[in-house]
Amino acid sequence: MNIPLTHILFVSTALFFIGMYGLFTRRNLITMLMAIELILNSVNINFVAFNKYLYPDNLNGVFFTLFIIAIAAAEAAVAIAIIINLYRSHRSIDVEDVREMRG
Amino acid sequence: MNYASYIALIPLLPLAGFVILGLFGKKPFARSAGVIGTLLIFISTLLALYTAYQYFFVAGKQHGIYPAVKALEFTWLQFSPGLSIDMGLLIDPASVMMLVVVTFVSLMVHIFSIGYMKGEERLSTYYSFLGLFTFSMLGLVLSTNIFQIYIFWELVGVSSFLLIGFYYDRPAAVAAAKKAFIVTRFADLGFLIGILILAFYSGTLDFGTLIQRLTEPGSSALAQLKGYGFIGIPVFSWALALLFIGGAGKSAMFPLHIWLPDAMEGPTPVSALIHAATMVVAGVYLVARLYPVFVLDVPVLQLITWVGVISAFLAAVIACTQTDIKRVLAYSTISQIGYMLFALGLAGYTASLFHLFTHAFFKSLLFLGAGAVIHYIHTNEMGNMGGLRKYMPVTHITFLIACMAIAGIPPFAGFFSKEEILLTAWQNNQPVYYIALLTSGITAFYMFRLYFSIFWNKPLAHNHNHHGEGPWSMKFPLLVLALAAVVVGFIPFAHYISAGQQAAEHTIPISFSIAPVAMALAGIALAYMLYYKQNERPQKLATAMGGLYRLVRQKFYFDELYLFVTKKIIFNGIAKPAAWIDKHLVDGLMNGLGRATTGISERIKAWQSGSVQSYALYFFGGIVALAAVFIYWWTG
Repeated sequence: MNIPLTHILFVSTALFFIGMYGLFTRRNLITMLMAIELILNSVNINFVAFNKYLYPDNLNGVFFTLFIIAIAAAEAAVAIAIIINLYRSHRSIDVEDVREMRG
Repeated sequence: MNYASYIALIPLLPLAGFVILGLFGKKPFARSAGVIGTLLIFISTLLALYTAYQYFFVAGKQHGIYPAVKALEFTWLQFSPGLSIDMGLLIDPASVMMLVVVTFVSLMVHIFSIGYMKGEERLSTYYSFLGLFTFSMLGLVLSTNIFQIYIFWELVGVSSFLLIGFYYDRPAAVAAAKKAFIVTRFADLGFLIGILILAFYSGTLDFGTLIQRLTEPGSSALAQLKGYGFIGIPVFSWALALLFIGGAGKSAMFPLHIWLPDAMEGPTPVSALIHAATMVVAGVYLVARLYPVFVLDVPVLQLITWVGVISAFLAAVIACTQTDIKRVLAYSTISQIGYMLFALGLAGYTASLFHLFTHAFFKSLLFLGAGAVIHYIHTNEMGNMGGLRKYMPVTHITFLIACMAIAGIPPFAGFFSKEEILLTAWQNNQPVYYIALLTSGITAFYMFRLYFSIFWNKPLAHNHNHHGEGPWSMKFPLLVLALAAVVVGFIPFAHYISAGQQAAEHTIPISFSIAPVAMALAGIALAYMLYYKQNERPQKLATAMGGLYRLVRQKFYFDELYLFVTKKIIFNGIAKPAAWIDKHLVDGLMNGLGRATTGISERIKAWQSGSVQSYALYFFGGIVALAAVFIYWWTG
């Protein structure tokens, strides 16, 4: 079974815009974080797909994907810590309630 | 002969007094400040007298002259191998003489102040300022180079400023302190430029080297200085004239004399020390220091002579009309310093310094006597005094002695020095001699006007004084200075201090003395007629003189002239446009910048919504826009 590259790119693009949509519409910070993870994963799919289809001889894309997963884990930890602290101070994790930086 | 070991202590002890009383005076020494200050200056005085003894009598002359010795010298600032600013202590006849005068008068003023300033809240501040002044003045007279003298010159100016403004709660004192500082500072600018010119061409700051380089036959530095000109006048004359302007400012010479009468707002003992005996003669001392150089330039000597003689005459005339006793003395000081300067201008080096020496004693005595009178009667106005001889016998006698000394009545000190000066004038410049002779008659008149008005004239109207003439701390300096005013004239001054290689000793013929003494006696007689008993004559005379009297009484409108020039011309012509440019252009630019920034930020601050998601949207929009640009337009 041979799946063309465009199919995979279509899936990753769909995933990217689903993440984008989630990021802009959800007010809950944890949901927004999840949306960001979707965006990251769409990028990962692109890396792996390009690696496999265009440069099958080397593994650069795969390694990048591994890096991104590791960084995403660290980022999630930081983001969760921020969200917990935000909850402690504001009793809410709704982004609409956190607008102190408004000019 | 090694002087260094103790000579450095002479200026350093008053400095120590300044530091100790200035830092710790408020609490532990609040009561004893006077005694501490006096003790330190007492030790300095003893050391100065010992130095003078060592220098004149033990070390003595070498090859017929008293040598100039550098007791101490070290490099203070090294700029380059050839250029450094040194500090040192120069011992030569003039500086040793000044050393004795400064420490002695300062000691007397310190003692007098114990009584005079009793009960003053800021006593320790007062004594610390006195210490600072004494230190600066001693540093000035002991300077080995022009730059050092300039540094101490400014220090003297600062301490004078502090002491004039000592009663800082009086607006008049504050204004006088500012005036004194600004006027002398203005003159010091000339001094500094003069120093720089001389140092630039001769390549040295040291007095000895400078004089040697300029006076040696065929001196290249001198040729250069005389060769270059500026506005048709050789640079050499410029340098010396500028130096002299600095000296004239400090010595309150016409037309920079306006600060000295106002400086009388300071405490009276301060006037005795600074504005009579020591600081104001700094200008004379400066010219005397560089005398061999000044001699090389005749026009500048002429300038010095005429400035001196005009100051002597005008100040004496003004003194006749003043009613504040301290102001009379201030104008008298200007007049006497005028004498010293024109004597210098007429090659009377010894006569000038001799007059400086005797003047220091009798003028500080006059000021301290005036201080005692003010202390007793609590006013400066001559009109409120009279008949004080009964209440203040010691002050009366000592004041009389000082008046005789300044009037030039033999055998008091002023007679001898004034004769020397008049003889110099007679030999060198007859017109100056006649003006000086007339001035000495006026001097006798205004001094005895002062004397009769204070001690005779009408009986004291209401004597509500309870503390008597004053404590011994005030009478003692008067007596010592009176003794000095009698005897110092007999010192064979020319034997010790002279300009040339050999002491120029000469005797004054008795017949020469007749005219000056007769002038002085005439002045005294006139004062006796007008002021011995209260009468209508002075008033009538003033009315008869009319406009002339008013002109003199208003001090020839010098203050008004200065005010006109500064307020009307300089303020309107220079200061106002400058202020306008500053206010409208410079400030306007800055304000406009600020306003523009505020305005723009007002407009765009709405973008800063604080909503994370809209930031993310902008960010994403930006990325999309960039992507579109790079994909479709920036393809090249």
